Amino acid sequence: MTTTTTLDQQTVPIADWRDLLALTKPRVMTLVVFTGLCGLLVAPGGLPLALAFTAILCIALGAGAAAALNMWYEADLDALMKRTAGRPLPAGRMDRQTALHFGVGLSFFSVILMGVATNWFAAAILAVSILFYVLVYTVWLKRRTPQNIVIGGAAGAFPPLIGWAAVTGDVAALPLILFALIFLWTPPHFWALSLFVRSDYAAAGVPMLPVVAGARATRVQILLYTLPMATAAVAPWPLGLAGPLYGLAASALSLVFLLLALRVLANRAAEPAGMKPEKQLFAFSILYLFAIFGALVLDHLL
Amino acid sequence: MSEEEIRRRQRSRAILMAILLGLFVVLVYAITIAKMGLYSS
Repeated sequence: MTTTTTLDQQTVPIADWRDLLALTKPRVMTLVVFTGLCGLLVAPGGLPLALAFTAILCIALGAGAAAALNMWYEADLDALMKRTAGRPLPAGRMDRQTALHFGVGLSFFSVILMGVATNWFAAAILAVSILFYVLVYTVWLKRRTPQNIVIGGAAGAFPPLIGWAAVTGDVAALPLILFALIFLWTPPHFWALSLFVRSDYAAAGVPMLPVVAGARATRVQILLYTLPMATAAVAPWPLGLAGPLYGLAASALSLVFLLLALRVLANRAAEPAGMKPEKQLFAFSILYLFAIFGALVLDHLL
Repeated sequence: MSEEEIRRRQRSRAILMAILLGLFVVLVYAITIAKMGLYSS
Protein backbone atom coordinates (compact mmCIF):
# COMPACT_ATOMS: atom_id res chain seq x y z
CA MET A 1 0.00 0.00 0.00
CA THR A 2 1.33 3.40 -0.85
CA THR A 3 0.55 6.71 0.78
CA THR A 4 0.51 10.01 -0.96
CA THR A 5 0.97 13.42 0.58
CA THR A 6 -0.58 16.37 -1.11
CA LEU A 7 0.51 19.92 -0.60
CA ASP A 8 -2.78 20.62 1.20
CA GLN A 9 -1.81 18.14 3.92
CA GLN A 10 1.44 19.97 4.59
CA THR A 11 1.04 21.66 7.97
CA VAL A 12 4.61 22.83 8.54
CA PRO A 13 5.04 26.23 6.94
CA ILE A 14 7.69 26.48 4.24
CA ALA A 15 10.06 29.20 5.29
CA ASP A 16 10.21 32.25 3.10
CA TRP A 17 13.77 33.32 2.27
CA ARG A 18 13.15 36.59 4.13
CA ASP A 19 12.50 34.59 7.30
CA LEU A 20 15.76 32.67 6.81
CA LEU A 21 17.50 36.02 6.47
CA ALA A 22 15.79 37.26 9.65
CA LEU A 23 17.22 34.23 11.50
CA THR A 24 20.70 35.65 10.97
CA LYS A 25 19.91 38.89 12.89
CA PRO A 26 21.22 41.13 10.07
CA ARG A 27 21.28 44.26 12.25
CA VAL A 28 23.59 42.67 14.83
CA MET A 29 25.68 41.37 11.96
CA THR A 30 26.57 44.89 10.81
CA LEU A 31 28.60 45.56 13.98
CA VAL A 32 30.24 42.13 13.76
CA VAL A 33 31.19 42.67 10.10
CA PHE A 34 32.45 46.18 10.79
CA THR A 35 34.70 45.20 13.73
CA GLY A 36 35.95 42.16 11.79
CA LEU A 37 36.75 44.37 8.80
CA CYS A 38 38.62 46.81 11.05
CA GLY A 39 40.68 43.95 12.53
CA LEU A 40 41.53 42.87 9.00
CA LEU A 41 42.44 46.39 7.84
CA VAL A 42 44.76 47.23 10.74
CA ALA A 43 46.65 43.92 10.58
CA PRO A 44 50.18 44.15 9.17
CA GLY A 45 50.55 42.91 5.61
CA GLY A 46 47.43 42.49 3.58
CA LEU A 47 45.24 40.10 1.68
CA PRO A 48 44.20 40.09 -1.98
CA LEU A 49 40.76 41.66 -2.33
CA ALA A 50 39.01 38.35 -3.08
CA LEU A 51 40.44 36.71 0.05
CA ALA A 52 39.71 39.73 2.25
CA PHE A 53 36.13 39.77 0.95
CA THR A 54 35.80 36.04 1.64
CA ALA A 55 37.17 36.47 5.17
CA ILE A 56 34.57 39.15 5.96
CA LEU A 57 31.84 37.09 4.28
CA CYS A 58 32.78 34.12 6.49
CA ILE A 59 32.69 36.27 9.64
CA ALA A 60 29.21 37.49 8.60
CA LEU A 61 27.98 33.97 7.78
CA GLY A 62 29.42 32.60 11.03
CA ALA A 63 27.64 35.31 13.02
CA GLY A 64 24.44 34.60 11.07
CA ALA A 65 24.78 30.88 11.78
CA ALA A 66 25.26 31.50 15.50
CA ALA A 67 22.22 33.81 15.53
CA ALA A 68 20.09 31.19 13.75
CA LEU A 69 21.11 28.50 16.26
CA ASN A 70 20.40 30.95 19.08
CA MET A 71 16.88 31.52 17.72
CA TRP A 72 16.39 27.78 17.23
CA TYR A 73 17.25 27.12 20.88
CA GLU A 74 15.39 30.11 22.30
CA ALA A 75 12.14 29.95 20.33
CA ASP A 76 10.14 29.32 23.53
CA LEU A 77 11.81 32.26 25.28
CA ASP A 78 11.40 34.60 22.31
CA ALA A 79 7.67 33.89 22.27
CA LEU A 80 7.38 35.35 25.78
CA MET A 81 9.04 38.69 25.01
CA LYS A 82 7.39 41.55 23.11
CA ARG A 83 10.72 42.49 21.50
CA THR A 84 11.26 39.02 20.02
CA ALA A 85 7.76 37.52 19.63
CA GLY A 86 7.66 38.53 15.96
CA ARG A 87 10.73 36.46 15.02
CA PRO A 88 10.13 33.70 12.43
CA LEU A 89 10.02 30.76 14.90
CA PRO A 90 7.82 32.16 17.70
CA ALA A 91 5.55 33.73 15.08
CA GLY A 92 5.07 30.26 13.52
CA ARG A 93 6.36 31.20 10.07
CA MET A 94 8.96 28.41 10.08
CA ASP A 95 9.53 25.01 11.67
CA ARG A 96 12.39 24.55 14.15
CA GLN A 97 14.14 21.85 12.13
CA THR A 98 14.64 24.23 9.21
CA ALA A 99 16.27 26.76 11.56
CA LEU A 100 18.53 24.06 13.04
CA HIS A 101 19.62 22.74 9.64
CA PHE A 102 20.16 26.28 8.36
CA GLY A 103 22.28 27.24 11.39
CA VAL A 104 24.40 24.07 11.42
CA GLY A 105 24.89 24.14 7.65
CA LEU A 106 25.89 27.79 7.65
CA SER A 107 28.32 27.18 10.56
CA PHE A 108 30.20 24.43 8.72
CA PHE A 109 30.14 26.35 5.45
CA SER A 110 31.56 29.56 6.98
CA VAL A 111 34.33 27.77 8.92
CA ILE A 112 35.43 25.56 6.02
CA LEU A 113 35.37 28.44 3.54
CA MET A 114 37.42 30.59 5.95
CA GLY A 115 39.99 27.81 6.32
CA VAL A 116 40.27 27.22 2.58
CA ALA A 117 40.40 30.92 1.61
CA THR A 118 42.63 32.32 4.39
CA ASN A 119 44.09 30.01 7.04
CA TRP A 120 42.90 27.37 9.51
CA PHE A 121 43.86 29.42 12.57
CA ALA A 122 41.32 32.11 11.61
CA ALA A 123 38.82 29.32 10.84
CA ALA A 124 39.43 27.81 14.30
CA ILE A 125 38.73 31.14 16.03
CA LEU A 126 35.57 31.51 13.94
CA ALA A 127 34.47 28.00 15.02
CA VAL A 128 35.22 28.81 18.68
CA SER A 129 33.22 32.05 18.45
CA ILE A 130 30.16 30.23 17.03
CA LEU A 131 30.41 27.45 19.63
CA PHE A 132 30.94 29.99 22.42
CA TYR A 133 27.84 31.98 21.45
CA VAL A 134 25.64 28.91 21.03
CA LEU A 135 26.87 26.57 23.77
CA VAL A 136 28.36 28.83 26.45
CA TYR A 137 26.06 31.86 26.14
CA THR A 138 22.76 30.56 24.76
CA VAL A 139 22.58 27.06 26.24
CA TRP A 140 24.62 27.36 29.43
CA LEU A 141 24.61 30.89 30.79
CA LYS A 142 21.66 32.90 29.53
CA ARG A 143 18.92 31.26 31.59
CA ARG A 144 21.09 30.51 34.62
CA THR A 145 23.03 33.57 35.73
CA PRO A 146 22.84 37.37 35.67
CA GLN A 147 26.47 37.24 34.56
CA ASN A 148 25.19 35.78 31.25
CA ILE A 149 26.14 38.70 29.05
CA VAL A 150 29.42 39.40 30.87
CA ILE A 151 30.90 36.06 29.83
CA GLY A 152 28.70 35.69 26.76
CA GLY A 153 29.96 39.08 25.57
CA ALA A 154 33.20 37.37 24.60
CA ALA A 155 31.34 35.78 21.68
CA GLY A 156 30.79 39.17 20.08
CA ALA A 157 34.39 40.19 20.77
CA PHE A 158 35.95 37.63 18.43
CA PRO A 159 35.50 39.35 15.00
CA PRO A 160 38.54 41.72 15.22
CA LEU A 161 40.66 38.73 16.25
CA ILE A 162 39.35 36.70 13.32
CA GLY A 163 39.89 39.57 10.87
CA TRP A 164 43.46 40.02 12.11
CA ALA A 165 44.18 36.27 12.10
CA ALA A 166 42.85 35.96 8.54
CA VAL A 167 45.69 38.25 7.42
CA THR A 168 48.56 37.26 9.72
CA GLY A 169 47.75 33.70 10.79
CA ASP A 170 48.27 34.65 14.44
CA VAL A 171 47.09 37.11 17.11
CA ALA A 172 48.95 40.04 18.66
CA ALA A 173 48.53 42.69 21.37
CA LEU A 174 46.30 45.06 19.33
CA PRO A 175 43.59 42.54 18.38
CA LEU A 176 43.63 41.21 21.95
CA ILE A 177 43.01 44.76 23.26
CA LEU A 178 40.19 45.15 20.71
CA PHE A 179 38.78 41.85 22.00
CA ALA A 180 38.97 43.21 25.57
CA LEU A 181 37.31 46.47 24.47
CA ILE A 182 34.24 44.73 23.00
CA PHE A 183 34.17 42.25 25.89
CA LEU A 184 34.06 45.12 28.44
CA TRP A 185 31.69 47.21 26.29
CA THR A 186 29.03 44.48 26.12
CA PRO A 187 27.80 44.63 29.77
CA PRO A 188 27.13 48.41 29.86
CA HIS A 189 25.53 48.19 26.40
CA PHE A 190 23.17 45.33 27.27
CA TRP A 191 22.45 46.38 30.83
CA ALA A 192 21.39 49.84 29.61
CA LEU A 193 18.95 48.06 27.28
CA SER A 194 17.80 45.58 29.89
CA LEU A 195 16.99 48.40 32.32
CA PHE A 196 14.29 49.79 30.06
CA VAL A 197 13.01 46.42 28.76
CA ARG A 198 13.20 44.83 32.21
CA SER A 199 9.57 43.71 32.30
CA ASP A 200 10.14 41.77 29.08
CA TYR A 201 13.06 39.82 30.55
CA ALA A 202 11.21 39.29 33.84
CA ALA A 203 8.19 37.89 31.98
CA ALA A 204 10.43 35.43 30.14
CA GLY A 205 12.28 34.43 33.32
CA VAL A 206 15.69 35.50 31.98
CA PRO A 207 17.90 36.39 34.96
CA MET A 208 19.16 39.70 33.58
CA LEU A 209 20.88 41.84 36.21
CA PRO A 210 18.04 44.41 36.62
CA VAL A 211 15.58 41.55 37.20
CA VAL A 212 17.77 39.77 39.74
CA ALA A 213 19.68 42.58 41.48
CA GLY A 214 17.53 45.63 40.77
CA ALA A 215 18.01 48.85 38.83
CA ARG A 216 20.34 50.49 41.34
CA ALA A 217 22.90 47.64 41.35
CA THR A 218 22.73 47.50 37.54
CA ARG A 219 23.48 51.22 37.26
CA VAL A 220 26.50 50.81 39.54
CA GLN A 221 27.72 47.84 37.48
CA ILE A 222 27.35 49.83 34.25
CA LEU A 223 29.74 52.44 35.63
CA LEU A 224 32.12 49.81 37.01
CA TYR A 225 32.45 48.21 33.57
CA THR A 226 32.72 51.56 31.79
CA LEU A 227 36.00 52.37 33.57
CA PRO A 228 38.04 49.36 32.35
CA MET A 229 36.29 49.61 28.97
CA ALA A 230 37.51 53.20 28.55
CA THR A 231 41.00 52.11 29.64
CA ALA A 232 41.03 49.34 27.02
CA ALA A 233 39.77 51.82 24.40
CA VAL A 234 42.56 54.32 25.01
CA ALA A 235 45.33 51.74 25.71
CA PRO A 236 46.56 51.25 22.10
CA TRP A 237 47.74 54.89 22.06
CA PRO A 238 50.17 54.89 25.05
CA LEU A 239 51.26 51.36 24.10
CA GLY A 240 52.37 52.63 20.70
CA LEU A 241 49.90 50.43 18.82
CA ALA A 242 47.96 53.41 17.45
CA GLY A 243 48.65 57.08 16.80
CA PRO A 244 47.34 60.33 18.30
CA LEU A 245 44.35 60.52 15.92
CA TYR A 246 43.02 57.28 17.39
CA GLY A 247 44.13 58.22 20.93
CA LEU A 248 42.31 61.55 20.92
CA ALA A 249 39.16 60.10 19.31
CA ALA A 250 39.10 57.18 21.77
CA SER A 251 39.64 59.53 24.73
CA ALA A 252 36.84 61.91 23.66
CA LEU A 253 34.38 59.11 22.88
CA SER A 254 35.18 57.30 26.14
CA LEU A 255 34.69 60.51 28.09
CA VAL A 256 31.21 60.95 26.60
CA PHE A 257 30.45 57.28 27.39
CA LEU A 258 31.61 57.84 30.97
CA LEU A 259 29.48 60.98 31.38
CA LEU A 260 26.43 59.13 30.08
CA ALA A 261 27.16 56.24 32.47
CA LEU A 262 27.33 58.76 35.33
CA ARG A 263 23.95 60.19 34.29
CA VAL A 264 22.58 56.64 34.33
CA LEU A 265 24.01 56.19 37.83
CA ALA A 266 22.33 59.41 38.99
CA ASN A 267 18.96 58.38 37.54
CA ARG A 268 16.46 57.00 40.05
CA ALA A 269 13.62 56.17 37.66
CA ALA A 270 12.09 52.73 38.03
CA GLU A 271 9.83 52.86 34.97
CA PRO A 272 10.98 52.87 31.31
CA ALA A 273 9.29 56.24 30.75
CA GLY A 274 11.82 57.93 33.04
CA MET A 275 14.85 56.12 31.62
CA LYS A 276 16.04 58.65 29.08
CA PRO A 277 19.70 58.44 30.26
CA GLU A 278 19.63 54.65 29.82
CA LYS A 279 18.17 54.99 26.32
CA GLN A 280 20.80 57.60 25.45
CA LEU A 281 23.61 55.41 26.76
CA PHE A 282 22.32 52.42 24.79
CA ALA A 283 22.09 54.44 21.57
CA PHE A 284 25.48 56.06 22.11
CA SER A 285 27.15 52.73 22.93
CA ILE A 286 26.47 51.49 19.38
CA LEU A 287 27.82 54.70 17.85
CA TYR A 288 30.80 54.49 20.23
CA LEU A 289 31.98 51.13 18.99
CA PHE A 290 31.56 52.08 15.32
CA ALA A 291 33.43 55.37 15.88
CA ILE A 292 36.29 53.83 17.88
CA PHE A 293 36.96 51.14 15.28
CA GLY A 294 36.51 53.66 12.45
CA ALA A 295 39.07 55.95 14.12
CA LEU A 296 41.51 53.06 14.47
CA VAL A 297 41.33 52.27 10.75
CA LEU A 298 41.64 55.96 9.80
CA ASP A 299 44.62 56.33 12.12
CA HIS A 300 46.21 53.26 10.55
CA LEU A 301 45.62 54.42 6.98
CA LEU A 302 46.77 58.05 7.43
CA MET B 1 -0.99 27.71 3.81
CA SER B 2 -2.51 27.44 0.33
CA GLU B 3 -0.98 25.30 -2.42
CA GLU B 4 -0.35 28.44 -4.43
CA GLU B 5 1.53 30.07 -1.55
CA ILE B 6 3.66 26.93 -0.99
CA ARG B 7 4.55 26.79 -4.70
CA ARG B 8 5.40 30.51 -4.66
CA ARG B 9 7.74 30.12 -1.70
CA GLN B 10 9.38 27.00 -3.15
CA ARG B 11 9.95 28.85 -6.41
CA SER B 12 11.43 31.96 -4.77
CA ARG B 13 13.74 29.80 -2.63
CA ALA B 14 14.83 27.79 -5.66
CA ILE B 15 15.63 30.97 -7.62
CA LEU B 16 17.56 32.39 -4.66
CA MET B 17 19.50 29.14 -4.27
CA ALA B 18 20.42 29.19 -7.96
CA ILE B 19 21.68 32.78 -7.64
CA LEU B 20 23.69 31.93 -4.51
CA LEU B 21 25.23 28.87 -6.16
CA GLY B 22 26.22 31.00 -9.15
CA LEU B 23 27.82 33.57 -6.86
CA PHE B 24 29.62 30.79 -4.97
CA VAL B 25 31.14 29.52 -8.22
CA VAL B 26 32.37 33.06 -9.00
CA LEU B 27 33.78 33.37 -5.45
CA VAL B 28 35.67 30.06 -5.65
CA TYR B 29 37.10 31.15 -9.00
CA ALA B 30 38.23 34.50 -7.49
CA ILE B 31 39.75 32.74 -4.45
CA THR B 32 41.65 30.36 -6.73
CA ILE B 33 43.06 33.18 -8.87
CA ALA B 34 44.04 35.16 -5.75
CA LYS B 35 45.76 32.13 -4.17
CA MET B 36 47.64 31.38 -7.39
CA GLY B 37 48.83 35.00 -7.35
CA LEU B 38 49.97 34.65 -3.73
CA TYR B 39 51.96 31.48 -4.33
CA SER B 40 53.53 32.58 -7.61
CA SER B 41 54.82 35.89 -6.21
